Amino acid sequence: MPRARRRAVFTVLFRAGTVLALLLVLSPAVWLLGGVVAKAVPHWQWNVLWTNLRGEDGGLLGPIVGTLVLMAGVLLIAGSVGVLAGIHLAELGRPGRHGGPGGTWLRMASDVLAGFPSIVLGYVGYVALVVGLHWEFSLLPALLVLSVMVVPYIAKATETALRQVPVSYREGAEALGMSMGHSMRKVVLKSAAPGIVTGLLIGLAIAGGETAPLLFTAGFSSTVWTGSLVHSQGFGYLTYLVYQFWSYPVKHANYLSYDAGLILVVMVLLLLVAARVIVARTQRHSEYRGR
Amino acid sequence: MATLEGAADQQSAAPGRHVELRRPPRLARMAGVLRAGETGAWKWGARVAVLLPFAALAFVVAVLAVKAYSAVEVNGTGFFTGAAWKIGSTYAATTRTDGVAHPVGSSYGAWPLIAGTLQTSAIAVIIALPISIGCAFALTERLPRWVSRPLGFAIELLAGVPSVVLGLWGVLTFGPALSKTLYPFIADHLPNVPVLSFFKGTVGHGEGLLTGSLVLTLMIVPIITATTADLFRQVPSLSKEGGEALGMTDFEVANRITLRWVRSGIIGATVLGLGRALGETMALVLTVGAIFQLAPNVYSPMSTIAAAIATQLDSSLTDGTGFAVASIAELALVLAVISVFVNLVARWIVHHTSRLGGPVGRGT
Repeated sequence: MPRARRRAVFTVLFRAGTVLALLLVLSPAVWLLGGVVAKAVPHWQWNVLWTNLRGEDGGLLGPIVGTLVLMAGVLLIAGSVGVLAGIHLAELGRPGRHGGPGGTWLRMASDVLAGFPSIVLGYVGYVALVVGLHWEFSLLPALLVLSVMVVPYIAKATETALRQVPVSYREGAEALGMSMGHSMRKVVLKSAAPGIVTGLLIGLAIAGGETAPLLFTAGFSSTVWTGSLVHSQGFGYLTYLVYQFWSYPVKHANYLSYDAGLILVVMVLLLLVAARVIVARTQRHSEYRGR
Repeated sequence: MATLEGAADQQSAAPGRHVELRRPPRLARMAGVLRAGETGAWKWGARVAVLLPFAALAFVVAVLAVKAYSAVEVNGTGFFTGAAWKIGSTYAATTRTDGVAHPVGSSYGAWPLIAGTLQTSAIAVIIALPISIGCAFALTERLPRWVSRPLGFAIELLAGVPSVVLGLWGVLTFGPALSKTLYPFIADHLPNVPVLSFFKGTVGHGEGLLTGSLVLTLMIVPIITATTADLFRQVPSLSKEGGEALGMTDFEVANRITLRWVRSGIIGATVLGLGRALGETMALVLTVGAIFQLAPNVYSPMSTIAAAIATQLDSSLTDGTGFAVASIAELALVLAVISVFVNLVARWIVHHTSRLGGPVGRGT
């Protein structure tokens, strides 16, 4: 084949390839969304949102409350630890050897933890907390394991957000005589807030959609959470129903499983849209628009 | 009028009066003390928080090591070569090997699980990599902004779908549909040569290695695409424009400039996706059939390490000697070692290749 011809062919193949790749991702994505909706909507009844679960009957009130409680707890524990860890990684660690960011070992531990198989964390939670400390299947071991999973993500988001705060802001605060801690609270964290909030929302989405580590730490219970942290003999959450109820020989149980799936997808969708809106809004007002 | 007069009065009186520096009121003093302490509070809080992931990691490894110790001792190398995973008779008397009690007839061979983990992850990464690079090119280079932004967000959403929901869709809709359409087509038309013969044979009902791998692909494509697209945006437009000015086609610019520039980053992103694939549990529990066997062909049910841990813990609790739980710990340890190793290799690759510098004037 002549050279010019070959170049033309490669160009066409390349262009077609990019479009094909996009279609290969987007069509299953649309199929997935449509599939989840198509399974749940024909039998959808609004009262599943506020009816108690009784065995394989009733609604999803208990698990919905459970998932929300898990998310709130993770926001509290992983949120505070993650943000503080991010502050250390971005601001406080000694600079690295080549003038780059320091804290190499700490960041590595965080990265390794982010890539750690969640089922292994769940197993350790089971062995050490549920059995070892006699906490039984309950909220606290589940929260701790989920938080360990989510902290690296929040720390990373916080670190990235803090690094984007212009140096002039810090210098301005210092020139006004603010102490480091005061300027951290009043100036630096405030301008990094959108990035941090985005990280928190993504952490929430992960916490709400996780199943594997909860199987061994939270167990399951169909009742609404009573407020106990340990010794509660099971704690209900939505993803468990998706995992278990779809294969039950009872139609209503299957429907509950599909409904739980739909609720989870809508929840994650809302969280990610919220994160995106925050980013878009702050970019509009930012002086660093071009980046 | 009165206030104005008063002001004028004060002004006129000011030069002659001795002005004493007043102490700040009590509240302001307290605030000052708090602010002085605030820096320390932030620093100490951050210092403690940043050590927690480290401590958690050490704790996890320690618990696994302690729990798995007896299993490692008894199972030996048979753990990596054996193919049978049997708890043994939990009703009969227990026996002892090397001083460790376990039920009669227990046998733990994890080779099918280890191989299954590597198979699913490898297939997923091999399919995901070209698709992700194509998507990243489409999003950053080829499509106008008003199209690529919503599409990019759609792909981001795909990454957020809970894995158990993906698994449910995989087992109810995706797998059965493919086993009636795509799988028979592949099985019938591929030539019977060494590697591809793995894709021939009976196609089953859609629960198996290939379905699981494809669902995994769907999970890791968003991760690799997002990272790769970010990398592409960092390639200086001067270099790309230079290539175009020399008469390169857009394929040549993509291949010789953009891809070369971010090669190490793409390797890093891929290994990141690989790490995710190795540890994924729920999507695979639901879609691979969760049967402990080495898949005879790509459509047959099998299991992975993560899926096995999830499905076996319940029945392992029936083993009164605790040896089954210890063997699960060994399984978890193997998975942890594989995924940490992969993670560290990714960091090493990115660290070392990024020092070499880009092909065309890095730093422009």
